[in-house]
Amino acid sequence: MSQVSYISKQVADLKPSGIRRFFDLAAQMEDVISLGVGEPDFVTPWNVIEQSFHSLEQGYTSYTENAGMMELRKEISKYLIGNYHLTYDPSDQLIVSVGASQAIDLALRAVIDPGDEVIIVEPSFVAYVPTVRLAGGIPVTIQTEAEDEFKLKPEQIEEAITPKTKAIILCNPNNPTGTLLLQEELEQLATVIKKHDLLVLSDEIYAELTYDDAYTSFPSIPNMKERTILISGFSKAFAMTGWRLGYAAGPTEIIAAMVKIHQYTMMCAPTMAQHAALEAMKNGRQSVQSMFESYKQRRNFIVSSLNEIGLQCPNPGGAFYAFPSIKATGLTSAEFAEQLLQEEQVAVVPGSVFGANGEGYIRCSYATSLKQLDEALNRMKRFVQKRM
Amino acid sequence: MKEIEVELLKLIEKNANLEVEKIAKLMDKSIDEIRELIDKLEKKKVILGYSTLIDWAKVLDEEEVTAMVDVKVTPARDVGFDKVAERIYRFPEVKAVYLMSGTYDLSVSVKGKTMMEIGHFISEKLSALDSVLSTTTHFVLKKYKHDGIILQDADEGDKRIVVSP
Repeated sequence: MSQVSYISKQVADLKPSGIRRFFDLAAQMEDVISLGVGEPDFVTPWNVIEQSFHSLEQGYTSYTENAGMMELRKEISKYLIGNYHLTYDPSDQLIVSVGASQAIDLALRAVIDPGDEVIIVEPSFVAYVPTVRLAGGIPVTIQTEAEDEFKLKPEQIEEAITPKTKAIILCNPNNPTGTLLLQEELEQLATVIKKHDLLVLSDEIYAELTYDDAYTSFPSIPNMKERTILISGFSKAFAMTGWRLGYAAGPTEIIAAMVKIHQYTMMCAPTMAQHAALEAMKNGRQSVQSMFESYKQRRNFIVSSLNEIGLQCPNPGGAFYAFPSIKATGLTSAEFAEQLLQEEQVAVVPGSVFGANGEGYIRCSYATSLKQLDEALNRMKRFVQKRM
Repeated sequence: MKEIEVELLKLIEKNANLEVEKIAKLMDKSIDEIRELIDKLEKKKVILGYSTLIDWAKVLDEEEVTAMVDVKVTPARDVGFDKVAERIYRFPEVKAVYLMSGTYDLSVSVKGKTMMEIGHFISEKLSALDSVLSTTTHFVLKKYKHDGIILQDADEGDKRIVVSP
């Protein structure tokens, strides 16, 4: 009997995320200390949770405007002016999305025609390549190197560009490496981007978590605002991953196109989450600051401990990931992660799932308590000593 | 106060048990630097002591009672409330004394093994002071949060999935 597959070719061809595969492995085990988690270990600040209860009590249980509550868009607009001197009109240059992930999907679907090429900088967040494919585009990857602190160089963009190149996705600070691109470096990239008329998807979800240097939002670089879709959200800075609330800011024409897709697919982001986000924007700064201080201390702790163990690890400028080299152990990153999990019950993510040049590295999230972090590093030390 | 001092104080306020080596790593400073800083803050009496917060309600044999006592007093010439406050805070049963605005003058926290013991202290010692005009005693029935720490048995386990993007 022939078995017909109803799955579209485009979806059938998508590789399952390497993270999911590793998650399945880790989920079967007990008492795992996880450094594999890409989300804060803090619970959403109480005032934010409480505000969502209040919004429900007040009867805010219906749809909002497709682009999101105007009040929230105004707050986001104020935030972008205050933090980055970026002015976006809340009425038509901002959209509230279901997490930053949906904003990326909307942005790509709004701008990509079949066959358009999109440059992705690896190691990269696992969703960029598949979402470009799902939008009908062709992902073209650039490999950044550890010697350059995984920083993208303008000449690498030049080399990757073809007549079909339409856009480039930048993630700053980067998941998984934690690399932070500074103003001067972004300006150099902007020169090439302008020369070739590229559109930029600037994923700035970790912007609040930069530790040593000032943060520059990509569209704040001269002549870049009109060709950039800024993507961010509440998940990382406000510890609101499960609320699924993000936003995009950009040129009117592109945001209108994104709203068009959004209104036919999602309608709007969840109303109670929008009310919560409004409270986060208005009264959540102190919580962000206190979480930030903890992350910074843990970053210092994990980087110095990893280097002591012998896993060479540069100091990441942002996000909450350390990306140490495990080459000295002679293992591949998948072998390292699997054996570490089996022997010491510590979960880390193999660098190879973030792209070819992630091989030889592992991603360790330090969004976990100091106690857990300390114990995980003791176990890793024992594991590494047996192999070096 | 320097930023580094504030950072150190915040760290040990949350966990007085944190080893100097760990503090040094967390703050990206040398161990000697941290030792010196702690020493300095102790000498300046910014760090006054290192205490442990214990939920005695969980320790069966060590039950204790806390009372918050509102005290009205007559202030003394030249020294205001300070002298009478001192006479009160010197008692070992007294755990905290605050000068308050409003309907009474001093808020006094008293600890004892039984309600009887506290009652005895208040009637025999506290109320008997010349400058004390009146006292109102409130016994603490249950503690929910103390010094910023929630005491109930919440499930503190990590609810996140083990690996995520």
